[in-house]
Amino acid sequence: MSFLIRETLVYAIPLMIVALAGVFAERSGIINLALEGIMIFGAFIGALFIYEMQMHDMVALEKGAANWGTMQLFVLLTMLVAGICGLIFSMLLAFAAINLRADQTIGGTALNLLAPAVVLFFIRIIANQNDLRMYKGDAASWFMIKKSYFGLKDVSNFFVDTFLNKIYITTYVCILLFIILSIILYKTKFGLRLRSCGENPQAADSLGINVVKMRYTGVAISGFLAGMGGFVYALTTSNCVANGDVAGFGFLALAVMIFGNWKPLNIAGAALLFGLFKCTAASYSTLDIDGNGQYLLLKLSTDPVWGKILNANFYRLLPYLVSLLVLAFTSKKSRAPKAEGIPYDKGKR
Amino acid sequence: MKDLLKKEGTTSVLATLISIIIGLLAGSILILIVGVTDKTIGINGAWDAIRLVLMGLFNTGRTATGALAFGFNPANFGNMLFRAIPLILTGLSVALAYKTGLFNIGAAGQYLAGTWATLFVALSIPTSVVPAWIVWLLAFLAGILAGALWGAIPGLLKATLNINEVLACIMTNWIAANLVTWAFDLSKLKNVTEGTKTAYIYKTSFNNVQTAKVGLDKIFSGSQVNGGILIAIMIAVLVYIVMTRTTFGYELKACGSNRHAARYAGIKDKRSIVLSMALAGALSGAAASLYYLSGNPEFFWSTYQSLPAAGFNGIAVALLGACNPIAVIFTGMFMSMLEVIGSQITFLTKYNEFITDVIIAVIVYLSAFSLVIKMWISGRGKKKKTPKAQKSDEKKGVHA
Repeated sequence: MSFLIRETLVYAIPLMIVALAGVFAERSGIINLALEGIMIFGAFIGALFIYEMQMHDMVALEKGAANWGTMQLFVLLTMLVAGICGLIFSMLLAFAAINLRADQTIGGTALNLLAPAVVLFFIRIIANQNDLRMYKGDAASWFMIKKSYFGLKDVSNFFVDTFLNKIYITTYVCILLFIILSIILYKTKFGLRLRSCGENPQAADSLGINVVKMRYTGVAISGFLAGMGGFVYALTTSNCVANGDVAGFGFLALAVMIFGNWKPLNIAGAALLFGLFKCTAASYSTLDIDGNGQYLLLKLSTDPVWGKILNANFYRLLPYLVSLLVLAFTSKKSRAPKAEGIPYDKGKR
Repeated sequence: MKDLLKKEGTTSVLATLISIIIGLLAGSILILIVGVTDKTIGINGAWDAIRLVLMGLFNTGRTATGALAFGFNPANFGNMLFRAIPLILTGLSVALAYKTGLFNIGAAGQYLAGTWATLFVALSIPTSVVPAWIVWLLAFLAGILAGALWGAIPGLLKATLNINEVLACIMTNWIAANLVTWAFDLSKLKNVTEGTKTAYIYKTSFNNVQTAKVGLDKIFSGSQVNGGILIAIMIAVLVYIVMTRTTFGYELKACGSNRHAARYAGIKDKRSIVLSMALAGALSGAAASLYYLSGNPEFFWSTYQSLPAAGFNGIAVALLGACNPIAVIFTGMFMSMLEVIGSQITFLTKYNEFITDVIIAVIVYLSAFSLVIKMWISGRGKKKKTPKAQKSDEKKGVHA
C-alpha cells in the first residue's frame, strides 16, 4: 500500500501543480495551451542545472560527506531556477496574447513546438546525443529522502514507509505551494482581482484593476509552476533525464484542470485519480494491492483469457480513455472562465 | 499600390514572407551565438551552418578542400518533394478544419490510425493472389477511412456534447498511439527477417506494394521521390475546389463562422462539424498512407511514448499557408525543404537538425499574430510610396 501511494504521488504531483498553473493562466483570461512546452523547457533547465552542479566541487563534496540536508537545498534551488526559466519562457505567450492580441491556441501551439526544438538543439550540442542525463550517479542516490536519514532505519510502519521513505522533497514543496496558491486565488484581494479579469475584464477595468498587468501576472505564475513542474516530472519519474519530451503530461494536466472545473480541491482529486492510473500503467507488474505478497494485476495479465485485455497496453491506454469518458460525462457541468481566450479590448463591452 | 497592399491576398503573402524571413533570421542568430560561444565550432562553422540554412537545398556536399559546394542537387530536390507529401496532406487536414472553425490538433492520431490501416492492408493481402496495384489502392483507401473514422470521434464529441475539440483530439492522439502499439504487438507484421531490427514493421515493398515512380526518379536521381507528390497536389486542388466552389464547402465554412446562424439558415450544424473532422482525419490518414506506401519508410511500432511529428508539423504548414489549400502546397514544400536542410546540417556541420524545428516554431509563433503584421503592412502602405517597393510588391502580388 505504501508503495502504491508513493508511486501515485510521483505521477499525481506534477499533474496537480501544472494543472494549477493552467488555472492561474485561465482564471486571468489566457488559455495556456503551452503547458506542455513550458514543462519540457523547465525539465531541460532543471536537468542542465543539476548536471552543471554535479560537476562543481562543492556539490560533490557535500555528496561525499552525505549531507543529505544540503542536497535537499540543491533540489530546492533547482526547482527555483527551473520555475524562473519557465516564467521567462511563458512571457512569449503573454506578450503574443496580451500585447499583440494573438490567437492564444496558435501561440500556445507555437511554444509547444519551440520548446522541444530548442531543448533538443542544445542537448545535442551539449551531450552529443538526444538526451541529457545526470553527470554521474542517479537521482535516487543523490536526492531521494530515505528513512535512515531520520534515524528510523529499523522502524517500519505505514506512516514512516509512506511519507518519510523513498520520497523526494519536491512532493512536499509542491503540496505546500498548491495549498498556499489556492488560498491566494480564493481568499485574497489579489486572487479576486485576477479571477475577475478572466470573467469580465471590462468590468474589472472599470473598477480600476489593471487587466494587462493582472493577465501578465497570471501567465507568469502559470509559467513558473509549469516550469517547476517540468523539472519535478523529470526528477521523479525519469531519473532527471531531459529529452525534449514529457510524455503529454502538460496536456494531461489541462485535462485534469477541466475535470477539476478550474477549482483547486477538485483538481487535487482529479490529479490523484490520474496519478493512480499512470502509476498502474508504469508498475502494474509489481503492485501488491492487498499486501499478501502476490501481484494481482501481473497474474491477471498472464491469464490466458483476461490477459488478452488486461495487459501493459491496456493500462497505458487507460488514463487517456478515462479522460475522454469523464470529459464526456462532465462536459455539461463544466464551467470555464467566461473571458478566457478573448483578447482584452477596452472599447468592447 | 495602395489597393494592392489593401488586398487580402497580398497582405497574407507578405505577412507569410515576413514571418519566414524573421524565422530564418532567428535561426541564424541562434547558430551564430552557439558558434561564437562554443570554441569547437567557431565563427567559420557557424557561417557554414547559416549558409546551409539559407541555401541548403542547393548544397552538393563539401569540396576536397573542405569548403561547402553549391549547385543543383537532384537528390535534395527529389527528397524535398517526397517529404512534402505527408506535410502537404496533414497541412490540408489542419487547414480544412481551421476553415470550418475547428482546431485539429489530432492530426497525429489520425495519421497513426491511417498508418495502421495502410500497413495492415498492404502487408496482409498476398500480392501473389491479388495484383499489387489493387492492394495499393485498397491500402490507400483503408488509410483514408481509418483516418476519417478517428477524426470523426472528436467531431462527434464536439457536436453532441460540446466538448472542446482540442482536448478531445489530444486524448484521441494518445489513445491512437497506444492502440496502434497494441495492434502491431498482436500482429504478425513485425520485421523479423532482418536480424538487428527489433521494433519495426515490414516495409510495404516486402509485399511488392509501392507507389509508382512515374519517371520522377529519373529527373531527381538518387532521391526517394514518387508519384505520391502528384496525388497530394491533386488532393490539395480538390480540397480548394470543394471549399470555395461548392455548396457543401460553403455549409462547412458557414457552420465554422457561426454555428447558430448556420443552423438558423437550415444547415445541419452537428452533421457539418462531424463531417469537417472526418474529412480532416481522412486527409491525415491519406498523408500516412502515401508516406508508408512509398515502400521505403519503416514504421517503428512501439509508438506509445511519442506522437508522429507529421501531425504537429501539419499545424505549422497550415498556419503558414493561412489555411489556403493552394498555399499549403507551397508551405508544405517549404517545410520539407527545411527538413532536407536539417539533415544536411547534421551531416555537414557540428549543429543538428533541430535548428530547422526552431525556425519552424518561430514562424508558427509569428503566424499567431499575423493579423498584427498584416495591419502593420497595410499601415505602411498608406505612408510610403516608393516605386521600388511597388515593383517588388507587384512581384509578390502575382504569387498570391
